[in-house]
Amino acid sequence: MIATRLLPRLSAAKPAASAFASSSRLPTSSRAFSSSAISLANTLLYLEHRKGTLNPSSLVALTAAKKVGGDIHAFVAGDEGVKDVADKASKVEGVSKIFTSESPKYKGLHSEPIVPVLKSLVEKNSYTHVFAGHTAIGKDVIPRLAALLDVSQVSDIIAVESEDTFQRPIYAGNAIATVKSSDKIKIITVRGTAFDKAAEEGGSASIEEVSDAEAADAPTTFVEEKINQSSRPDLATAPRVVSGGRALKSADGFKKYIEPLADQLNAAVGASRAAVDAGYADNALQVGQTGKIIAPELYVAVGISGAIQHLAGMKDAKTISAINKDPDAPIFQVADVGLVADLYEAVPEMMEKLKK
Amino acid sequence: MMRPTGIASALRVMVPVKRTIDYAVKIRVASDGKGVDTNVKHAMNPFDEIAVEEAVRLREKHKGAISKITAVSAGPAKTADVLRTALAMGADDAIHVEIPDNSLGGPLEPLGVSKILREVIKKANEEEEVGLVIMGKQAIDDDASQTGQMLAAQLDWPQATFASKLEFTSGKLEKGEEVQVTREVDGGLAVVKTKLPFVMTTDLRLNEPRYASLPNIMKAKKKPFKKYSLKDLGLEDDAKPRLEVLKVAEPPKREGGAKVEDVDALISKLKELGRID
Repeated sequence: MIATRLLPRLSAAKPAASAFASSSRLPTSSRAFSSSAISLANTLLYLEHRKGTLNPSSLVALTAAKKVGGDIHAFVAGDEGVKDVADKASKVEGVSKIFTSESPKYKGLHSEPIVPVLKSLVEKNSYTHVFAGHTAIGKDVIPRLAALLDVSQVSDIIAVESEDTFQRPIYAGNAIATVKSSDKIKIITVRGTAFDKAAEEGGSASIEEVSDAEAADAPTTFVEEKINQSSRPDLATAPRVVSGGRALKSADGFKKYIEPLADQLNAAVGASRAAVDAGYADNALQVGQTGKIIAPELYVAVGISGAIQHLAGMKDAKTISAINKDPDAPIFQVADVGLVADLYEAVPEMMEKLKK
Repeated sequence: MMRPTGIASALRVMVPVKRTIDYAVKIRVASDGKGVDTNVKHAMNPFDEIAVEEAVRLREKHKGAISKITAVSAGPAKTADVLRTALAMGADDAIHVEIPDNSLGGPLEPLGVSKILREVIKKANEEEEVGLVIMGKQAIDDDASQTGQMLAAQLDWPQATFASKLEFTSGKLEKGEEVQVTREVDGGLAVVKTKLPFVMTTDLRLNEPRYASLPNIMKAKKKPFKKYSLKDLGLEDDAKPRLEVLKVAEPPKREGGAKVEDVDALISKLKELGRID
């Protein structure tokens, strides 16, 4: 528990901070959790993928798993292309073994066929920890697994304090809880912005196939997917994000003021819930407690007041800039660079001046 | 009893609801550092309001196909307030699993709630079989996003999480019937088909909940209201928390508030910080 006090709350995830801490500040008792010491942990990582690409959140979850130490295995399931994903995953640093399972039963990656296979793997190999990204798929699959194993899951962690103690935000990020699990298996989902991604090279994991025999023939079947195609950077991982709110007044306003500014800054587009509810922007662009949680280097909030639920999604951005007409808008309490101005004048002026 | 004739198998819908701190309240960490100050306005978890609304709309759309909408909640005495709200919105009866404050030694966790719901459904089935559970995708206090999935696992039912649209493809609401659900996933939408009975969790986009009218609030007071204890459900030990909250702290404060004069100053400041080229 001494380690609890010494580790900086949010920067515990950053390699520089923890290296500094472990070299000079932490007492010996905490070394059990550093990568050099022997850990009794034995972790299974649920690897998410899409069209042959590893999901960045899984690589973030791996970094969190490494902080627990011990041997780390990964599991990849899918209806096609699993071998390619496994090949890529085998090169990821820190994983010693990849279990793969390919079957038409997994189409759509529903929890019902995947969870029995995961459960069987966890039991056979006596894993002490299961890690996954806190993504739509992670949120769907992992709690079902936890219940079948009779374990209380720890969701959306932002820091690892020890093998059984983790930090997680509650109340839309307005409080940080430190929780200690008494369960035999620790089942964890990890916030995608809280740790760095594990390196995609330097590893050499072995690959082993797992049969789909235990995958239940689930009543749930895949119909179709409607994924928004965009040439812009992905919102969840973009280094820069330009977000618009209710003040844009229309979908046209969004197109005219937010999108070109985003393009000029090579940024992803985000939106407040108000803008999404009013139909100015797509649901998938919503930033906040119930939408995406992001931590870009630069977040530009345009015409967004800054409700608690919105701040929950972006207040870990490195730099927050806000343009808003209302000098008392709560967004200015968190903005590093705030400009009180009419967006309809300020945004065109900004685009004009950025061109030079 | 209330079941309309001519329907072979009307559906009983269960809607779990949670009493949480009102979403608009700015929460404060309690002075003991073990939780937050809960002496503030509470309300029904917003996602659960959407769940109640969806159940009520389902009945309005498919006349005679729903036998009963049962709202259920677990927690201390005040939890009854949100059950009354659900009844005023259109639920037919309510079940309160009363758990006195501090009797568990920690906050009730999603795993415990999923077991409570499983047992409540078993009991409810003795009167009329539950064929669908609609519940919020997450509670805005613990932000866990687990209970619906855990309940589906406890019942060995399929699950359709983060739903923004629910369609009964055959128009019939009975066991084994196919249902189409549109789910909000990362990057867009996923459409799935599943079969009753199943557990669905609601996304914000599913509907806009109604306000309870005064006459309906009055009527709600007369609706059936059942109470169970954990002992009644055989869960005195099994609902106990597995996670110990060691500490609750304020998140790191941001040093915001720096305003600039004009667009030029905005651009040069962002350049100075190395955030734009």
